[in-house]
Amino acid sequence: MLLTNLTILVLAGFVGYYVISKVPNTLHTPLMSGTNAIHGIVVVGGLLVLGSAAGDGLDKVILTIAVLFGTVNVVGAFLVTDRMLDMFKGKDPKKVAAKADGEGG
Amino acid sequence: MFASFLQDPDFIRVCYIVAFVLFIVGLGRLTGPRTAVSGNRIAAVGMAIAVIATLLDQRMGSNWVLIVAAVVVGTAVAVPAARNVKMTAMPQMVALFNGVGGGAIALISWGEFRHSDGFADVELYIVIAALLAAIIGSVSFWGSNIAFAKLQELIDGKPIALPGQQVINIALLGVCVGLSVAIATGTTSEWAFVGILIAAALLGTFVVLPIGGADMPVVISLLNAFTGLSAAAAGIALDNVALIVGGMIVGASGSILTNLMAQAMNRSIPSIVAGGFGGATAIAAGDDGVDRTVRSTSASDAAVQMAYASQVMIVPGYGMAVAQAQHAVRELTLELEKRGVEVMFAVHPVAGRMPGHMNVLLAEADVPYDQLKEMDDANPQFARTDVSLIIGANDVTNPAANDDPSSPIYGMPILEVDRSRSVIVLKRSMSSGFAGIDNPLFYADGTSMLFGDAKGSVQEITSELSEL
Repeated sequence: MLLTNLTILVLAGFVGYYVISKVPNTLHTPLMSGTNAIHGIVVVGGLLVLGSAAGDGLDKVILTIAVLFGTVNVVGAFLVTDRMLDMFKGKDPKKVAAKADGEGG
Repeated sequence: MFASFLQDPDFIRVCYIVAFVLFIVGLGRLTGPRTAVSGNRIAAVGMAIAVIATLLDQRMGSNWVLIVAAVVVGTAVAVPAARNVKMTAMPQMVALFNGVGGGAIALISWGEFRHSDGFADVELYIVIAALLAAIIGSVSFWGSNIAFAKLQELIDGKPIALPGQQVINIALLGVCVGLSVAIATGTTSEWAFVGILIAAALLGTFVVLPIGGADMPVVISLLNAFTGLSAAAAGIALDNVALIVGGMIVGASGSILTNLMAQAMNRSIPSIVAGGFGGATAIAAGDDGVDRTVRSTSASDAAVQMAYASQVMIVPGYGMAVAQAQHAVRELTLELEKRGVEVMFAVHPVAGRMPGHMNVLLAEADVPYDQLKEMDDANPQFARTDVSLIIGANDVTNPAANDDPSSPIYGMPILEVDRSRSVIVLKRSMSSGFAGIDNPLFYADGTSMLFGDAKGSVQEITSELSEL
Protein backbone atom coordinates (compact mmCIF):
# COMPACT_ATOMS: atom_id res chain seq x y z
CA MET A 1 0.00 0.00 0.00
CA LEU A 2 2.80 2.38 0.89
CA LEU A 3 4.67 1.72 -2.34
CA THR A 4 1.55 2.13 -4.46
CA ASN A 5 0.78 5.41 -2.76
CA LEU A 6 4.36 6.62 -3.10
CA THR A 7 4.25 5.81 -6.81
CA ILE A 8 1.08 7.82 -7.16
CA LEU A 9 2.64 10.65 -5.14
CA VAL A 10 5.72 10.90 -7.34
CA LEU A 11 3.77 10.70 -10.59
CA ALA A 12 1.34 13.37 -9.38
CA GLY A 13 4.32 15.59 -8.61
CA PHE A 14 5.52 15.31 -12.20
CA VAL A 15 2.05 15.95 -13.57
CA GLY A 16 1.79 19.10 -11.45
CA TYR A 17 5.20 20.21 -12.65
CA TYR A 18 4.54 19.78 -16.36
CA VAL A 19 0.97 21.02 -16.43
CA ILE A 20 1.84 24.23 -14.63
CA SER A 21 5.05 25.02 -16.50
CA LYS A 22 2.96 26.25 -19.42
CA VAL A 23 0.92 28.87 -17.60
CA PRO A 24 1.82 32.47 -18.61
CA ASN A 25 2.73 35.03 -15.91
CA THR A 26 -0.47 36.89 -16.61
CA LEU A 27 -2.55 34.03 -15.24
CA HIS A 28 -0.46 33.34 -12.16
CA THR A 29 -2.95 34.73 -9.66
CA PRO A 30 -5.90 32.66 -10.91
CA LEU A 31 -3.56 29.67 -11.16
CA MET A 32 -2.56 30.02 -7.54
CA SER A 33 -6.12 30.51 -6.52
CA GLY A 34 -7.17 27.49 -8.60
CA THR A 35 -4.53 25.20 -7.09
CA ASN A 36 -5.57 26.63 -3.73
CA ALA A 37 -9.06 25.31 -4.44
CA ILE A 38 -7.71 21.89 -5.38
CA HIS A 39 -5.93 21.40 -2.08
CA GLY A 40 -9.39 21.99 -0.64
CA ILE A 41 -9.61 18.24 -1.24
CA VAL A 42 -8.62 18.08 2.44
CA VAL A 43 -12.32 18.43 3.13
CA VAL A 44 -12.59 14.80 1.98
CA GLY A 45 -10.10 13.77 4.66
CA GLY A 46 -12.03 15.75 7.26
CA LEU A 47 -15.33 14.13 6.26
CA LEU A 48 -13.87 10.63 6.40
CA VAL A 49 -12.34 11.06 9.83
CA LEU A 50 -15.30 12.90 11.35
CA GLY A 51 -17.82 10.52 9.79
CA SER A 52 -16.10 7.42 11.10
CA ALA A 53 -15.38 8.76 14.58
CA ALA A 54 -17.15 7.68 17.68
CA GLY A 55 -14.82 9.73 19.88
CA ASP A 56 -15.42 12.15 22.73
CA GLY A 57 -16.46 15.78 22.70
CA LEU A 58 -13.04 17.23 21.92
CA ASP A 59 -12.64 14.84 18.98
CA LYS A 60 -15.87 16.11 17.56
CA VAL A 61 -14.94 19.75 18.04
CA ILE A 62 -11.53 19.31 16.39
CA LEU A 63 -12.88 17.44 13.40
CA THR A 64 -15.95 19.61 12.92
CA ILE A 65 -13.67 22.64 12.73
CA ALA A 66 -11.51 20.71 10.26
CA VAL A 67 -14.49 20.06 7.98
CA LEU A 68 -15.58 23.68 8.35
CA PHE A 69 -12.11 24.93 7.41
CA GLY A 70 -11.94 22.53 4.49
CA THR A 71 -15.33 23.70 3.24
CA VAL A 72 -14.29 27.35 3.44
CA ASN A 73 -11.11 26.49 1.52
CA VAL A 74 -12.79 24.60 -1.27
CA VAL A 75 -15.92 26.73 -1.76
CA GLY A 76 -14.20 30.09 -1.34
CA ALA A 77 -11.24 29.32 -3.55
CA PHE A 78 -13.27 27.92 -6.45
CA LEU A 79 -15.66 30.88 -6.40
CA VAL A 80 -12.93 33.48 -6.19
CA THR A 81 -11.00 31.83 -9.04
CA ASP A 82 -14.13 31.76 -11.13
CA ARG A 83 -14.67 35.48 -10.53
CA MET A 84 -11.11 36.33 -11.50
CA LEU A 85 -11.03 34.19 -14.61
CA ASP A 86 -14.31 35.61 -15.76
CA MET A 87 -12.64 39.01 -16.01
CA PHE A 88 -9.82 37.65 -18.13
CA LYS A 89 -12.29 36.44 -20.74
CA GLY A 90 -12.67 40.06 -21.76
CA LYS A 91 -15.42 41.72 -23.75
CA ASP A 92 -14.29 40.61 -27.17
CA PRO A 93 -14.10 36.82 -27.06
CA LYS A 94 -12.78 36.39 -30.61
CA LYS A 95 -9.83 38.70 -30.18
CA VAL A 96 -8.90 37.28 -26.81
CA ALA A 97 -9.23 33.75 -28.12
CA ALA A 98 -6.92 34.39 -31.04
CA LYS A 99 -4.35 35.84 -28.67
CA ALA A 100 -4.77 33.00 -26.21
CA ASP A 101 -3.85 30.45 -28.86
CA GLY A 102 -0.67 32.33 -29.52
CA GLU A 103 0.24 32.54 -25.84
CA GLY A 104 -0.59 28.96 -25.03
CA GLY A 105 2.88 27.51 -25.64
CA MET B 1 -28.33 -3.93 -4.63
CA PHE B 2 -27.76 -0.54 -6.24
CA ALA B 3 -26.99 1.01 -2.88
CA SER B 4 -24.38 -1.61 -2.12
CA PHE B 5 -22.79 -1.02 -5.51
CA LEU B 6 -22.48 2.70 -4.75
CA GLN B 7 -20.90 1.88 -1.40
CA ASP B 8 -18.43 -0.56 -2.87
CA PRO B 9 -14.94 0.67 -1.90
CA ASP B 10 -13.77 0.07 -5.47
CA PHE B 11 -16.54 2.22 -6.88
CA ILE B 12 -15.52 5.00 -4.52
CA ARG B 13 -11.90 4.61 -5.60
CA VAL B 14 -12.97 4.91 -9.23
CA CYS B 15 -14.78 8.12 -8.33
CA TYR B 16 -11.56 9.46 -6.82
CA ILE B 17 -9.72 8.59 -10.03
CA VAL B 18 -12.33 10.45 -12.07
CA ALA B 19 -11.97 13.36 -9.65
CA PHE B 20 -8.21 13.70 -10.00
CA VAL B 21 -8.36 13.30 -13.76
CA LEU B 22 -10.73 16.26 -13.78
CA PHE B 23 -8.31 18.21 -11.54
CA ILE B 24 -5.49 17.64 -14.01
CA VAL B 25 -7.60 18.45 -17.08
CA GLY B 26 -8.92 21.54 -15.33
CA LEU B 27 -5.46 22.77 -14.37
CA GLY B 28 -4.22 22.14 -17.90
CA ARG B 29 -6.89 24.49 -19.18
CA LEU B 30 -5.65 27.29 -16.93
CA THR B 31 -2.86 27.92 -19.44
CA GLY B 32 -4.92 30.36 -21.52
CA PRO B 33 -7.56 32.96 -20.67
CA ARG B 34 -10.03 31.42 -23.11
CA THR B 35 -10.09 27.96 -21.58
CA ALA B 36 -9.35 28.95 -18.00
CA VAL B 37 -12.91 29.55 -16.80
CA SER B 38 -14.04 26.13 -17.94
CA GLY B 39 -10.85 24.63 -16.52
CA ASN B 40 -11.65 25.90 -13.06
CA ARG B 41 -15.21 24.62 -13.35
CA ILE B 42 -14.04 21.19 -14.50
CA ALA B 43 -11.82 20.99 -11.41
CA ALA B 44 -14.80 22.02 -9.27
CA VAL B 45 -16.87 19.18 -10.77
CA GLY B 46 -14.03 16.82 -9.88
CA MET B 47 -14.14 18.13 -6.34
CA ALA B 48 -17.91 17.60 -6.11
CA ILE B 49 -17.49 14.00 -7.31
CA ALA B 50 -14.79 13.37 -4.70
CA VAL B 51 -16.95 14.80 -1.90
CA ILE B 52 -20.07 12.85 -2.91
CA ALA B 53 -18.08 9.62 -3.23
CA THR B 54 -16.68 10.20 0.25
CA LEU B 55 -20.16 10.65 1.70
CA LEU B 56 -21.10 7.23 0.24
CA ASP B 57 -18.20 5.54 2.03
CA GLN B 58 -19.36 2.74 4.32
CA ARG B 59 -17.10 3.93 7.10
CA MET B 60 -19.18 7.09 7.25
CA GLY B 61 -21.78 6.47 9.91
CA SER B 62 -21.63 8.96 12.70
CA ASN B 63 -21.83 12.68 13.28
CA TRP B 64 -24.02 13.51 10.29
CA VAL B 65 -25.46 16.50 12.11
CA LEU B 66 -22.00 17.91 12.73
CA ILE B 67 -20.98 17.25 9.12
CA VAL B 68 -24.00 19.05 7.72
CA ALA B 69 -23.53 21.92 10.17
CA ALA B 70 -19.83 22.31 9.31
CA VAL B 71 -20.49 22.26 5.56
CA VAL B 72 -23.39 24.71 5.81
CA VAL B 73 -21.53 27.15 8.04
CA GLY B 74 -18.35 26.85 5.94
CA THR B 75 -20.29 27.58 2.77
CA ALA B 76 -22.14 30.47 4.41
CA VAL B 77 -18.80 32.01 5.40
CA ALA B 78 -16.98 31.37 2.13
CA VAL B 79 -19.59 32.42 -0.44
CA PRO B 80 -20.08 36.04 0.60
CA ALA B 81 -16.34 36.42 1.26
CA ALA B 82 -15.50 35.15 -2.22
CA ARG B 83 -18.28 37.14 -3.90
CA ASN B 84 -17.59 40.48 -2.28
CA VAL B 85 -13.83 40.64 -1.95
CA LYS B 86 -12.31 43.48 -3.93
CA MET B 87 -9.82 42.49 -6.58
CA THR B 88 -7.22 44.64 -4.86
CA ALA B 89 -7.65 42.51 -1.72
CA MET B 90 -7.19 39.26 -3.62
CA PRO B 91 -3.75 38.37 -2.19
CA GLN B 92 -5.00 38.31 1.39
CA MET B 93 -8.12 36.37 0.36
CA VAL B 94 -5.99 33.70 -1.29
CA ALA B 95 -3.75 33.63 1.79
CA LEU B 96 -6.78 33.12 4.02
CA PHE B 97 -8.32 30.32 1.94
CA ASN B 98 -4.92 28.69 1.82
CA GLY B 99 -4.48 29.00 5.57
CA VAL B 100 -7.75 27.32 6.50
CA GLY B 101 -6.79 24.40 4.25
CA GLY B 102 -3.56 23.96 6.18
CA GLY B 103 -5.44 24.32 9.46
CA ALA B 104 -7.89 21.61 8.42
CA ILE B 105 -5.02 19.21 7.76
CA ALA B 106 -3.36 19.86 11.12
CA LEU B 107 -6.69 19.26 12.87
CA ILE B 108 -7.41 16.06 10.91
CA SER B 109 -4.03 14.78 11.92
CA TRP B 110 -4.75 15.63 15.56
CA GLY B 111 -8.09 13.82 15.31
CA GLU B 112 -6.33 10.77 13.91
CA PHE B 113 -3.85 10.85 16.77
CA ARG B 114 -6.68 10.84 19.32
CA HIS B 115 -8.61 8.07 17.52
CA SER B 116 -5.70 5.74 17.50
CA ASP B 117 -4.80 6.42 21.14
CA GLY B 118 -1.63 8.24 20.23
CA PHE B 119 -0.79 6.23 17.09
CA ALA B 120 -0.58 3.02 19.12
CA ASP B 121 -0.46 0.01 16.77
CA VAL B 122 -0.28 2.23 13.70
CA GLU B 123 2.29 1.47 11.02
CA LEU B 124 5.35 3.68 11.21
CA TYR B 125 5.00 5.21 7.73
CA ILE B 126 1.46 6.28 8.53
CA VAL B 127 2.65 7.90 11.75
CA ILE B 128 5.40 9.74 9.89
CA ALA B 129 3.02 10.95 7.18
CA ALA B 130 0.47 12.12 9.74
CA LEU B 131 3.12 13.99 11.74
CA LEU B 132 4.47 15.65 8.58
CA ALA B 133 0.94 16.69 7.66
CA ALA B 134 0.45 18.15 11.13
CA ILE B 135 3.70 20.12 11.10
CA ILE B 136 3.42 21.50 7.57
CA GLY B 137 -0.31 22.15 7.95
CA SER B 138 0.20 24.10 11.14
CA VAL B 139 3.08 26.14 9.66
CA SER B 140 0.92 26.91 6.65
CA PHE B 141 -2.12 27.89 8.73
CA TRP B 142 -0.29 30.34 10.98
CA GLY B 143 2.03 31.60 8.26
CA SER B 144 -0.95 32.33 6.01
CA ASN B 145 -2.78 34.10 8.81
CA ILE B 146 0.21 36.35 9.43
CA ALA B 147 0.48 37.01 5.68
CA PHE B 148 -3.22 37.87 5.68
CA ALA B 149 -2.81 40.22 8.65
CA LYS B 150 0.14 41.95 6.98
CA LEU B 151 -1.62 42.38 3.65
CA GLN B 152 -4.80 43.56 5.34
CA GLU B 153 -2.58 45.96 7.32
CA LEU B 154 -3.81 44.58 10.63
CA ILE B 155 -0.12 44.44 11.50
CA ASP B 156 2.79 46.37 10.04
CA GLY B 157 3.64 45.23 6.51
CA LYS B 158 7.32 46.06 6.99
CA PRO B 159 9.71 43.34 8.05
CA ILE B 160 9.44 42.65 11.78
CA ALA B 161 12.63 40.97 12.91
CA LEU B 162 13.24 39.47 16.32
CA PRO B 163 16.74 39.21 17.72
CA GLY B 164 18.18 35.75 17.16
CA GLN B 165 15.45 34.95 14.67
CA GLN B 166 17.32 32.17 12.88
CA VAL B 167 18.33 30.47 16.12
CA ILE B 168 14.74 30.56 17.39
CA ASN B 169 13.40 29.15 14.13
CA ILE B 170 15.91 26.32 14.09
CA ALA B 171 15.12 25.59 17.74
CA LEU B 172 11.40 25.44 16.96
CA LEU B 173 12.03 23.10 14.05
CA GLY B 174 14.15 21.02 16.42
CA VAL B 175 11.24 20.82 18.88
CA CYS B 176 8.92 19.62 16.08
CA VAL B 177 11.36 16.95 14.96
CA GLY B 178 12.22 15.87 18.52
CA LEU B 179 8.60 15.43 19.59
CA SER B 180 7.82 13.67 16.29
CA VAL B 181 10.60 11.17 16.92
CA ALA B 182 9.25 10.65 20.44
CA ILE B 183 5.77 9.90 19.09
CA ALA B 184 7.06 7.69 16.28
CA THR B 185 9.04 5.66 18.81
CA GLY B 186 6.13 5.03 21.10
CA THR B 187 5.14 8.10 23.14
CA THR B 188 1.36 8.32 23.23
CA SER B 189 1.09 11.51 25.28
CA GLU B 190 -1.27 13.98 23.66
CA TRP B 191 0.86 16.80 25.00
CA ALA B 192 3.66 15.74 22.68
CA PHE B 193 1.30 16.14 19.73
CA VAL B 194 -0.08 19.46 20.93
CA GLY B 195 3.53 20.55 21.50
CA ILE B 196 4.26 19.83 17.83
CA LEU B 197 1.26 21.87 16.71
CA ILE B 198 2.29 24.80 18.90
CA ALA B 199 5.97 24.74 17.88
CA ALA B 200 4.93 24.56 14.21
CA ALA B 201 2.48 27.43 14.76
CA LEU B 202 5.23 29.61 16.23
CA LEU B 203 7.55 28.61 13.41
CA GLY B 204 4.98 29.63 10.78
CA THR B 205 4.43 32.93 12.55
CA PHE B 206 8.12 33.75 12.98
CA VAL B 207 8.99 32.81 9.42
CA VAL B 208 6.41 35.13 7.87
CA LEU B 209 6.66 38.07 10.33
CA PRO B 210 10.08 39.29 9.12
CA ILE B 211 9.10 39.12 5.45
CA GLY B 212 8.51 42.49 3.81
CA GLY B 213 5.64 43.37 1.51
CA ALA B 214 7.60 43.03 -1.73
CA ASP B 215 8.47 39.42 -0.93
CA MET B 216 4.82 38.53 -0.31
CA PRO B 217 4.21 36.97 -3.75
CA VAL B 218 6.92 34.44 -3.01
CA VAL B 219 5.65 33.72 0.49
CA ILE B 220 2.02 33.23 -0.52
CA SER B 221 3.08 30.93 -3.30
CA LEU B 222 5.34 28.98 -0.93
CA LEU B 223 2.59 28.59 1.68
CA ASN B 224 0.27 27.36 -1.06
CA ALA B 225 2.80 24.68 -1.96
CA PHE B 226 3.12 23.79 1.74
CA THR B 227 -0.60 23.23 2.16
CA GLY B 228 -0.55 21.03 -0.95
CA LEU B 229 2.32 18.95 0.41
CA SER B 230 0.66 18.55 3.79
CA ALA B 231 -2.55 17.42 2.04
CA ALA B 232 -0.52 14.82 0.13
CA ALA B 233 1.04 13.62 3.40
CA ALA B 234 -2.41 13.39 4.96
CA GLY B 235 -3.47 11.38 1.88
CA ILE B 236 -0.71 8.86 2.56
CA ALA B 237 -1.75 8.64 6.21
CA LEU B 238 -5.41 8.13 5.33
CA ASP B 239 -4.67 5.92 2.28
CA ASN B 240 -6.77 8.26 0.15
CA VAL B 241 -5.71 8.64 -3.46
CA ALA B 242 -7.72 11.81 -4.10
CA LEU B 243 -5.85 13.59 -1.31
CA ILE B 244 -2.49 12.30 -2.49
CA VAL B 245 -2.94 13.42 -6.09
CA GLY B 246 -4.77 16.69 -5.35
CA GLY B 247 -2.24 17.66 -2.70
CA MET B 248 0.84 16.69 -4.67
CA ILE B 249 -0.23 18.52 -7.84
CA VAL B 250 -0.58 21.66 -5.76
CA GLY B 251 2.69 21.00 -3.95
CA ALA B 252 4.56 20.63 -7.24
CA SER B 253 2.92 23.53 -9.05
CA GLY B 254 3.27 25.78 -6.02
CA SER B 255 6.96 24.96 -5.82
CA ILE B 256 7.49 25.90 -9.47
CA LEU B 257 5.60 29.13 -9.04
CA THR B 258 7.61 29.99 -5.93
CA ASN B 259 10.79 29.35 -7.81
CA LEU B 260 9.70 31.53 -10.75
CA MET B 261 8.87 34.37 -8.37
CA ALA B 262 12.19 34.06 -6.59
CA GLN B 263 14.03 34.07 -9.95
CA ALA B 264 12.14 37.19 -10.99
CA MET B 265 13.65 38.89 -7.93
CA ASN B 266 17.07 37.29 -8.38
CA ARG B 267 16.89 35.86 -4.89
CA SER B 268 16.96 32.38 -3.50
CA ILE B 269 13.98 30.99 -1.63
CA PRO B 270 16.05 30.36 1.52
CA SER B 271 17.22 33.98 1.59
CA ILE B 272 13.63 35.20 1.30
CA VAL B 273 12.47 32.86 4.05
CA ALA B 274 15.41 33.98 6.19
CA GLY B 275 13.69 37.34 5.89
CA GLY B 276 14.56 40.82 6.99
CA PHE B 277 15.17 42.07 3.43
CA GLY B 278 15.01 45.82 3.23
CA GLY B 279 14.72 47.73 6.48
CA ALA B 280 18.35 47.31 7.47
CA THR B 281 19.69 47.67 3.94
CA ALA B 282 18.58 51.25 3.35
CA ILE B 283 22.25 52.20 3.05
CA ALA B 284 22.01 52.63 -0.72
CA ALA B 285 20.48 56.06 -0.16
CA GLY B 286 23.89 57.35 0.90
CA ASP B 287 24.91 60.50 -0.98
CA ASP B 288 27.63 59.93 -3.52
CA GLY B 289 28.07 63.60 -4.33
CA VAL B 290 25.86 63.38 -7.39
CA ASP B 291 23.11 65.91 -7.95
CA ARG B 292 20.07 64.44 -6.18
CA THR B 293 17.32 66.80 -7.24
CA VAL B 294 14.07 65.48 -8.63
CA ARG B 295 11.98 67.30 -11.17
CA SER B 296 8.32 67.46 -10.28
CA THR B 297 5.66 67.98 -12.89
CA SER B 298 1.96 68.79 -13.03
CA ALA B 299 -0.98 66.82 -14.34
CA SER B 300 -1.41 69.18 -17.28
CA ASP B 301 2.25 68.91 -18.31
CA ALA B 302 2.06 65.15 -18.04
CA ALA B 303 -1.09 65.19 -20.18
CA VAL B 304 0.60 67.23 -22.90
CA GLN B 305 3.66 64.99 -22.83
CA MET B 306 1.57 61.89 -23.36
CA ALA B 307 -0.83 63.41 -25.87
CA TYR B 308 2.02 63.97 -28.31
CA ALA B 309 3.64 60.60 -27.75
CA SER B 310 3.24 57.80 -30.23
CA GLN B 311 3.83 55.05 -27.72
CA VAL B 312 3.10 55.10 -24.00
CA MET B 313 4.08 52.26 -21.72
CA ILE B 314 2.28 52.05 -18.40
CA VAL B 315 4.12 50.31 -15.57
CA PRO B 316 1.75 49.44 -12.74
CA GLY B 317 2.87 48.48 -9.24
CA TYR B 318 1.45 47.90 -5.80
CA GLY B 319 0.68 51.62 -5.51
CA MET B 320 -1.97 51.21 -8.21
CA ALA B 321 -3.63 48.48 -6.15
CA VAL B 322 -3.52 50.51 -2.95
CA ALA B 323 -5.07 53.53 -4.64
CA GLN B 324 -7.63 51.30 -6.44
CA ALA B 325 -6.60 53.21 -9.54
CA GLN B 326 -7.10 50.45 -12.15
CA HIS B 327 -10.40 51.83 -13.51
CA ALA B 328 -9.01 55.37 -13.68
CA VAL B 329 -6.00 53.97 -15.55
CA ARG B 330 -8.30 52.29 -18.05
CA GLU B 331 -10.07 55.64 -18.65
CA LEU B 332 -6.71 57.26 -19.27
CA THR B 333 -5.81 54.50 -21.71
CA LEU B 334 -9.02 55.02 -23.68
CA GLU B 335 -8.46 58.77 -23.79
CA LEU B 336 -4.92 58.28 -25.11
CA GLU B 337 -6.03 55.73 -27.69
CA LYS B 338 -8.65 58.17 -28.94
CA ARG B 339 -5.72 60.42 -29.82
CA GLY B 340 -3.94 57.65 -31.68
CA VAL B 341 -1.39 56.94 -28.98
CA GLU B 342 -0.41 53.32 -28.70
CA VAL B 343 -0.69 52.20 -25.08
CA MET B 344 0.79 49.07 -23.55
CA PHE B 345 1.23 47.79 -20.04
CA ALA B 346 4.54 46.40 -18.84
CA VAL B 347 3.94 44.00 -15.97
CA HIS B 348 6.79 42.73 -13.84
CA PRO B 349 6.28 39.16 -12.57
CA VAL B 350 6.49 40.25 -8.95
CA ALA B 351 4.68 43.58 -9.20
CA GLY B 352 2.09 43.75 -6.45
CA ARG B 353 1.61 41.37 -3.60
CA MET B 354 0.97 38.12 -5.40
CA PRO B 355 2.07 36.62 -8.71
CA GLY B 356 0.02 38.15 -11.50
CA HIS B 357 -1.68 40.61 -9.12
CA MET B 358 -1.53 43.52 -11.60
CA ASN B 359 -2.98 41.44 -14.41
CA VAL B 360 -6.03 40.62 -12.31
CA LEU B 361 -6.63 44.28 -11.50
CA LEU B 362 -6.22 45.41 -15.09
CA ALA B 363 -8.44 42.61 -16.33
CA GLU B 364 -11.05 43.77 -13.83
CA ALA B 365 -10.89 47.21 -15.45
CA ASP B 366 -11.40 45.60 -18.90
CA VAL B 367 -7.91 46.24 -20.19
CA PRO B 368 -7.58 43.84 -23.16
CA TYR B 369 -5.38 40.82 -22.46
CA ASP B 370 -3.10 41.56 -25.43
CA GLN B 371 -2.14 45.00 -24.10
CA LEU B 372 -0.50 43.37 -21.08
CA LYS B 373 3.16 42.69 -21.80
CA GLU B 374 5.27 40.36 -19.73
CA MET B 375 8.76 41.55 -18.84
CA ASP B 376 10.60 39.83 -21.69
CA ASP B 377 8.19 41.23 -24.27
CA ALA B 378 8.09 44.68 -22.71
CA ASN B 379 11.80 45.35 -22.35
CA PRO B 380 12.63 45.55 -26.09
CA GLN B 381 9.72 48.00 -26.45
CA PHE B 382 11.14 50.64 -24.10
CA ALA B 383 13.66 51.93 -26.63
CA ARG B 384 10.69 52.82 -28.84
CA THR B 385 8.62 54.26 -26.01
CA ASP B 386 8.10 58.02 -25.76
CA VAL B 387 6.64 58.10 -22.29
CA SER B 388 6.79 55.47 -19.57
CA LEU B 389 4.14 56.14 -16.97
CA ILE B 390 5.00 54.47 -13.68
CA ILE B 391 2.05 54.08 -11.37
CA GLY B 392 3.06 53.11 -7.86
CA ALA B 393 5.90 50.82 -8.91
CA ASN B 394 9.40 51.30 -7.60
CA ASP B 395 11.90 48.49 -7.11
CA VAL B 396 10.92 46.66 -10.32
CA THR B 397 12.03 49.73 -12.32
CA ASN B 398 15.22 50.46 -10.40
CA PRO B 399 18.14 50.70 -12.87
CA ALA B 400 20.54 50.07 -9.98
CA ALA B 401 19.59 46.41 -10.38
CA ASN B 402 21.39 46.50 -13.74
CA ASP B 403 24.36 48.76 -13.13
CA ASP B 404 25.15 49.17 -9.43
CA PRO B 405 26.84 46.06 -8.03
CA SER B 406 26.62 47.52 -4.50
CA SER B 407 22.82 47.69 -4.63
CA PRO B 408 20.98 45.05 -2.61
CA ILE B 409 18.82 44.29 -5.64
CA TYR B 410 21.73 44.10 -8.10
CA GLY B 411 21.04 41.37 -10.64
CA MET B 412 17.27 41.36 -10.25
CA PRO B 413 15.62 41.45 -13.68
CA ILE B 414 13.82 44.78 -14.04
CA LEU B 415 11.63 46.64 -16.48
CA GLU B 416 14.11 48.85 -18.31
CA VAL B 417 12.06 52.02 -18.25
CA ASP B 418 15.22 54.13 -18.12
CA ARG B 419 15.66 53.34 -21.82
CA SER B 420 12.48 55.14 -22.82
CA ARG B 421 12.62 58.75 -23.97
CA SER B 422 10.95 60.12 -20.87
CA VAL B 423 9.54 58.79 -17.65
CA ILE B 424 6.70 60.09 -15.51
CA VAL B 425 6.50 58.64 -12.02
CA LEU B 426 3.26 58.83 -10.07
CA LYS B 427 4.17 58.52 -6.43
CA ARG B 428 2.73 59.47 -3.10
CA SER B 429 5.98 60.87 -1.71
CA MET B 430 9.73 60.45 -2.03
CA SER B 431 9.81 57.51 0.38
CA SER B 432 11.62 54.48 -0.94
CA GLY B 433 9.91 51.23 -1.93
CA PHE B 434 9.17 48.26 0.28
CA ALA B 435 12.72 47.08 -0.11
CA GLY B 436 13.84 50.43 1.34
CA ILE B 437 16.20 51.01 -1.57
CA ASP B 438 16.76 54.36 -3.24
CA ASN B 439 15.81 54.48 -6.92
CA PRO B 440 18.23 56.46 -9.15
CA LEU B 441 15.56 56.49 -11.85
CA PHE B 442 13.79 59.26 -9.92
CA TYR B 443 16.81 61.55 -10.27
CA ALA B 444 17.50 60.82 -13.93
CA ASP B 445 17.34 63.55 -16.57
CA GLY B 446 14.35 62.20 -18.44
CA THR B 447 12.30 61.61 -15.32
CA SER B 448 9.66 63.82 -13.83
CA MET B 449 7.64 63.09 -10.72
CA LEU B 450 3.96 63.72 -10.19
CA PHE B 451 3.30 63.51 -6.47
CA GLY B 452 -0.07 62.57 -5.04
CA ASP B 453 -2.55 59.74 -4.80
CA ALA B 454 -2.25 57.55 -7.89
CA LYS B 455 -5.95 57.49 -8.60
CA GLY B 456 -6.36 61.25 -8.22
CA SER B 457 -3.33 61.95 -10.40
CA VAL B 458 -4.50 59.63 -13.16
CA GLN B 459 -7.96 61.17 -13.14
CA GLU B 460 -6.47 64.67 -13.33
CA ILE B 461 -4.30 63.69 -16.28
CA THR B 462 -7.32 62.18 -18.02
CA SER B 463 -9.42 65.30 -17.57
CA GLU B 464 -6.53 67.51 -18.73
CA LEU B 465 -6.19 65.27 -21.79
CA SER B 466 -9.85 65.53 -22.68
CA GLU B 467 -9.60 69.33 -22.58
CA LEU B 468 -6.55 69.55 -24.82
